[in-house]
Amino acid sequence: MEDRKRPCRRELLDWINVVSFAADDTKLFLDTHPGNQEALKCFDALKKQRTEALKEYARYYGPLTLDTAAVSSDRWCWINEPWPWQEGGC
Amino acid sequence: MWNYEKRLQYPVKITRTNPKMAQVIISQFGGPDGELAASMRYLSQRYTMPYKEVTGILTDIGTEELAHMEMICAIVYQLTKDLTPEEIEKYGFDKYYVDHTLALWPQAAAGTPWTATYFQSKGDPITDLSEDMAAEQKARTTYDNILRLIKDPEICDPIRFLREREIVHYQRFGESLRIVQDHLDSRNFYAINPEFDIK
Repeated sequence: MEDRKRPCRRELLDWINVVSFAADDTKLFLDTHPGNQEALKCFDALKKQRTEALKEYARYYGPLTLDTAAVSSDRWCWINEPWPWQEGGC
Repeated sequence: MWNYEKRLQYPVKITRTNPKMAQVIISQFGGPDGELAASMRYLSQRYTMPYKEVTGILTDIGTEELAHMEMICAIVYQLTKDLTPEEIEKYGFDKYYVDHTLALWPQAAAGTPWTATYFQSKGDPITDLSEDMAAEQKARTTYDNILRLIKDPEICDPIRFLREREIVHYQRFGESLRIVQDHLDSRNFYAINPEFDIK
C-alpha cells in the first residue's frame, strides 16, 4: 500500500537545499558577527528545520548524511542511491 | 575532520553535453583562481590565525569551497558524459582525453596542472586576508568570463550561484580584515605580526 504521507522527493530535496543553504550562509555571517541576536535566532530555526527534513528524507529515500544513515535492514544503504553528480542524484 | 553530505550545495542538472565548455569550466576546478586552490588556501592559513572569528571564517569558507569544487566537477562530468570518439575529436577534447579519458583531473583551461603555487599561506593575517579578498574577486571575474561564453541556461544557473558566493565570501573576508585591524595598533597596523610576535 502506498504511504500517503510519503513526501515528493524533488520538493523535499529542494527544501533541504534551501534550508541548508540558509543555515550555511547564516553560519558565515555569525562567524564575523557572533553577537547578532537576529542571526542567532534565525540559525536556530533553520537548524531545526534542516534536521527534520534530513530525517524525513532518509526515511523515504535513503540517507544524505552519516547521522541519518540508520541500519534498518541487513544491507548497507548509503551506497544505494545515486551520487550527487549522477543522473537521479541530489 | 569532515563529514560527507550526499548532495550538491546547489543542484547541477545538465542534459546536453558540451566538451568545449567543459574545457573552459575545468579551470574553476584546477586553475589559478579555482575552487581547489581556494579551499587549500583558506584551510592552510587557518592554523596560525590568532583571532577566533577569522579562524572560523577560514574553516567554514574553506569547507564551502570543497562543495563548490564538487559542483564544478559535477558540471564538467555532465558536460562530457558518454562522449563518442568522433565528438571528442570534433570539439578538441582529444588532448585532455588522451591522458584522462573522461575522468576529472585538476587543470587550468589551457592544460597546465593544478599547483600549490596558485596560493599563499604567509603567516601574517593582513597579508593573508588581502590575498583572500583578491582571490574571491579573481574567481568572480573568472565566473563572469565563463558566463559571457555560455548560452545554455542549464550551465548558467549553477555558475551564477557560484559567482554570487564569491561576492559573499569577499564581504566576510573584508569583515575579518576589519576584526584583525581592531586588535592592532591603529597608528601602525604593521608594527607587529600577531601570528608571530605575540606568544
